[in-house]
Amino acid sequence: MKTALIFGGTSDIGLALARCLASEGWSLILTGRNLEYLNKIASDLKIRTKVNVQALYLDAVDFHSHKVFYRNLDTKPDLCACVFGYLGNKEVLMNDWREIESIIDINYRGAVSLLNEVAVDFAKRGNGSIIGISSVAGDRGRQSNLMYGSAKAAFTAYLSGLRNRMHQFGVHVMTVKPGFVDTRMTRGLDLPPSLTATPPQVAAAIIKGLKRKQDEIYVLGVWRYIMLVIKIIPEHFFKRLKL
Amino acid sequence: MPKPIKTSNWNSYPVVSSTQHKFTTPGDLRRLLRQVTKVITRGSGKSYGDASLSEQIISTKEFNKIVSFNPTKGTIRCESGVMLNEILEVIVPEGWFLPVVPGTKYITVGGAIAANVHGKNHHKDGSISEFIVSMSIMLADGGLVSCSQSEYPDLFNNTCGGMGLTGVIMEAELKLRPIETAYISQRNIMVPDLKSMIKSLKSNSASSYSVAWVDCLAKGKHKGRGVVMLGEHATGSNLGPEVEEKLKVHKNPKWGIPFKFPSILLNRFSIRWFNACYYHLNKRKKEHEFNVHYDKFFFPLDSIGDWNNLYGRKGFLQYQFVIPFERGDEAFIEIFNKIVESRNASFLTVLKVLGNGGSSVSFPIPGYTLAMDIPMSSKVFDFLDDLDWLVVKNGGRIYLAKDARTKRDVLHKGYAGLGMFQEIRKITGAKAKFESLLSRRLGI
Repeated sequence: MKTALIFGGTSDIGLALARCLASEGWSLILTGRNLEYLNKIASDLKIRTKVNVQALYLDAVDFHSHKVFYRNLDTKPDLCACVFGYLGNKEVLMNDWREIESIIDINYRGAVSLLNEVAVDFAKRGNGSIIGISSVAGDRGRQSNLMYGSAKAAFTAYLSGLRNRMHQFGVHVMTVKPGFVDTRMTRGLDLPPSLTATPPQVAAAIIKGLKRKQDEIYVLGVWRYIMLVIKIIPEHFFKRLKL
Repeated sequence: MPKPIKTSNWNSYPVVSSTQHKFTTPGDLRRLLRQVTKVITRGSGKSYGDASLSEQIISTKEFNKIVSFNPTKGTIRCESGVMLNEILEVIVPEGWFLPVVPGTKYITVGGAIAANVHGKNHHKDGSISEFIVSMSIMLADGGLVSCSQSEYPDLFNNTCGGMGLTGVIMEAELKLRPIETAYISQRNIMVPDLKSMIKSLKSNSASSYSVAWVDCLAKGKHKGRGVVMLGEHATGSNLGPEVEEKLKVHKNPKWGIPFKFPSILLNRFSIRWFNACYYHLNKRKKEHEFNVHYDKFFFPLDSIGDWNNLYGRKGFLQYQFVIPFERGDEAFIEIFNKIVESRNASFLTVLKVLGNGGSSVSFPIPGYTLAMDIPMSSKVFDFLDDLDWLVVKNGGRIYLAKDARTKRDVLHKGYAGLGMFQEIRKITGAKAKFESLLSRRLGI
């Protein structure tokens, strides 16, 4: 039986992914900070699909705990998905360092710290898949999500570098750029329905990408073209836009 | 704040612009309840009317975890947003079935309790509230209360059938029914008129499940013709060896009605034609006793996704009432005649005998209940207003989960227990917090 490790099991995308993987027979290790909610998710999955599910406490920004956490896992995973993320308050002030630090720590430093532990193990074993949920926001820096976008840009760069390094060991690394998703993270935002995916859609796209061993996926195809346009606008004009 | 979106329930009437709030944990909901007022809880929106509509809606769709399932004792505990089809997927393979199911499996547990739904076995087993071991409710102030028939019975009894107006139903533990197979041994009896239909339903009251389909457009000596359908859970020996998987779970439909049909399509003539065909097709069948899968017996309409789109943009109205036995069959027959004379077409008209059980605000009382759906038109409202008065004059009442238009006086005449209900709403602070278009319309 194959085991999947999901960092961010209480997130809506994490939950949807867990449901998809469980229905395909994967054993699961879910991590999160709200252990009460995580335990509920785990027992729900166990009852519905009869797979083995572990719920473990893990804080993405408690960097020092990461090595011990991974070492203590009874079964090492064959698949690891890093799903957590933090958008920040609606208006992140440029001088609100505490908030900015959280955005960088969760989206970049925490993710890198955890995935490095996994990558070292996968490289040694010579197989496995690593999935990072990055964002279209990281494709080009824009004023509307300056901090989140730059942290995700760093994470996207990390994932492509990791893919490059891991390829020689036979480890598959996939970057997922979901675009708008209707989750707790975007609750209260006014999102255009035609550009917004649901968590089950994201999960289904991940499973498909996984089977095809894809490198980079957008969930709704239209985002690939939107971001292409955004990326090719010359900086000289781009800096004047209100994006 | 999320943007308001146009929302309506299954019958597409009324439509209201509403803001939908979701929650996944009790803490989430508590925070939400502090921020919003005049809010109503909504599950999958399958009621026919305005019961779960308001400008502010709390959706339970993401509060949908199964908490525990005991396959030896036959109990399941789940959060209110879990749907009945999801429960069946878990329990049927283990040899259990839901104790009460309405005509669709795509409703939430919370919605089933809030409407205190009844099924084809009501004459024997009562409503779903009879099978709730315990449930928890979040009151207007964010407090969580566990209640049952013995623990805070007043809150329990007024929440079952309380249309979400006492608080938010959080978790419920249900007692399940053991089954040997997922099949029903069905027996159909063709009846030529209403009198023989009533007689047939009465004489077959020992059947676990019973319901009758009525052709409400047939006139003259055919008036009230139809099919009485009886059912028992099939045992292993009832099924032939050709049935390989005895505890087979239903399949969810892969297709549905993709868009709203022109409203004109379902008219008196097309519906009369459909009803006549249905009657004669059943009559010509050689076999009147056979085994069917539970999905076909209990949820025939679920096989067509979004069938409400057939009624078009204008939607339709459901009307369900009950007339108590003590008024005699004549009272019921008089109302039925009125419906036939009016020539208000109903695609599907269903007659059923209700039994004991049910709390003070729940719909079922021992008697005859008739449910019909009528395409929307300007004349329907006056017609149903007239029917309302005939119903309450005969000691009957109408079903709130299927109501979008009745008047205050009609409601209060039909439901004597409303005083207590309103008292509880006041004491718990629910009156100031929970409000739906229905509660506003009916002043409860």
